[in-house]
Amino acid sequence: MDFATFLIQCLNSLQYGLLLFLVASGLTLIFGIMGVINLAHGSFYMIGAYMAYALAAPIAATFGGGFFAVLAVGLVLSVAFGYVLEWAFYSFLYDREHLQQVLMTYGLILVFEELRSIIVGDDVYGVKPPEMLTGTIALGDVMTYPVYRLFISFVCLLLALGMYGVFTKTRLGMMIRAGATNREMVQSLGVDIKFLYRVVFAAGVAIAVLAGMVAAPVSSVYPGMGNSVLIICFVVVVIGGIGSIRGALLASLLIGFVDTFGKVLLPSAAGVLVYVLMALILLWKPDGLFKAG
Amino acid sequence: MGSIDFSRLGFVVAAFLALALYPLVGGSFGIDLVTKIMIYAIFALSLELLVGGTGLVCFGHAAFFGIGAYAAVMLSNRVDVPALWWALPVCMVAAGLYALVVGSLSLRTKGVYFIMVTLAFAQMAYYVVHDTPLGGGTDGIYLASPTTWGPLEFSKPLSIYGLTLVLLVLVFGFLAVLLRSRFGRALAGIRVNEQRMRAAGFATYPYKLAAFTLSGTIAGLAGYLFGIKDGFVNPEMLSWHLSGAVLIMIILGGLGHLRGALVGAFAFALLQEFFKSEAIFGAFAKHWHLGLGLSIIACVALLPRGLVGLPEQVQRRLLGPRGPAPDAEAQLAGKPGEKNGAKDGND
Repeated sequence: MDFATFLIQCLNSLQYGLLLFLVASGLTLIFGIMGVINLAHGSFYMIGAYMAYALAAPIAATFGGGFFAVLAVGLVLSVAFGYVLEWAFYSFLYDREHLQQVLMTYGLILVFEELRSIIVGDDVYGVKPPEMLTGTIALGDVMTYPVYRLFISFVCLLLALGMYGVFTKTRLGMMIRAGATNREMVQSLGVDIKFLYRVVFAAGVAIAVLAGMVAAPVSSVYPGMGNSVLIICFVVVVIGGIGSIRGALLASLLIGFVDTFGKVLLPSAAGVLVYVLMALILLWKPDGLFKAG
Repeated sequence: MGSIDFSRLGFVVAAFLALALYPLVGGSFGIDLVTKIMIYAIFALSLELLVGGTGLVCFGHAAFFGIGAYAAVMLSNRVDVPALWWALPVCMVAAGLYALVVGSLSLRTKGVYFIMVTLAFAQMAYYVVHDTPLGGGTDGIYLASPTTWGPLEFSKPLSIYGLTLVLLVLVFGFLAVLLRSRFGRALAGIRVNEQRMRAAGFATYPYKLAAFTLSGTIAGLAGYLFGIKDGFVNPEMLSWHLSGAVLIMIILGGLGHLRGALVGAFAFALLQEFFKSEAIFGAFAKHWHLGLGLSIIACVALLPRGLVGLPEQVQRRLLGPRGPAPDAEAQLAGKPGEKNGAKDGND
């Protein structure tokens, strides 16, 4: 492997890892803070990708805008969607046992997939990246790298930094962290914990939807895309330690690199590598890399 | 606790009698469907021993099912005519050995981490049959010759139906006795509070490992039956979708009761058939996931203790709040799995 190929694979790993981080961070937040095992999280990613496809034409017709207008509209829609979803389906699950939540969210996956099939159909679609990001940059003499993939990494990094800032520097972040540690205590101090949960949930949904929308031009849009992302994101959450954003970031980058380089160096064992990695890490550290306090 | 509840016993006996009489009225489609559901019921019972009995949520149970099925088919390709009396135990031992290895490693973790480690080991088994020539790759492999036992040959749907029903009754009876034995009581203790069991002088790890291995072995039995019924295996039998589906079956039926696994397997499969039926839904039948998903959501919202809790819920609604208290067993079954960690600290 020459240096340019190595560099390209590194960039691919980084982009894949950061994208995983976006989906997994919402999952780990909802899991760590609200204690809900949300199997439907992969569906939000799928919904995002399909929105990027389905909203493109109507938005171009009404606003004349392109990809970024779609992103903005999708983001607004997804926050509202997450807010309503929490109210309708999740708010009564908190004091149920985990397995009831698993059952409920499994039901939601089936419903979302089928609604998607009814509304958009079962075909595979491509989504065009925005005009200004279609170019490539040269790496070495012969290799090039698409600008859009760099843009994905950039967006993900920006969001990761933003999340870090909200968590550690703002009052909202402080309340969320306190709510994760001791729900009753925060409630008795006068914080509306139900509203807080709804906000966290809506944010988690919005981030997953955004990840889906941003990924759509690279991965294309196909049925079942949510399920494959879901399992790998659970792997990320568990390796990183449940509820830990920092752990999720490290774990998703780790998986991004192992998976991408696995496919290049050991193609016959690529699928299993990620799971071997998870098993080894959990046997070494049974609570994941960073256990949230 | 040791007394036998006759209404429940009556339900189970009636269910098995109905299954024994079903071939008199069922057509070939019905017999094939019910055979499949009974195999899933055995599979669900094996998982119920772990989840409802011990509080260990395994999300990789399809691996043991698939290994049982692959072993059945691979044996038939290497031996001329495998006889049931030794082929079945061989396949069960194959699944049990993998369960022993997986259990001995994954039982070091707890709660959600345990769920994910069992998934990881199942995915490893999946990729081994999916990506290597050992199991025929993605195409799967076909059964070469039917299984026999003396003059009996298990190739006709009816003979496989009978064999499956007999094994289902045996597995159900075995687990019912096992859960009432000292071993089963120890497992229930581990489910409710593992810390306290350790303080009471039980080495909990060997108990959990024994339950895990036994559960994997029974799952292998179910897989064996599936292998000889369809005469064909493919890697999807080890996929996490199947692990998830069987978990959904036992939650839907109601955790903490063996008959919950039975009811859940039937309810899940029959709901699927109902929403797939073109006679009822016409062209909309291809969107059968929607109906299934909505029914599952309705079950969670309305039936917090699963389908087996339904009669009691109706009874309490009719008799008012002074009706009979929920049975202690169901209350104990309240919080299996992940919340153990939190409870340990409080005790």
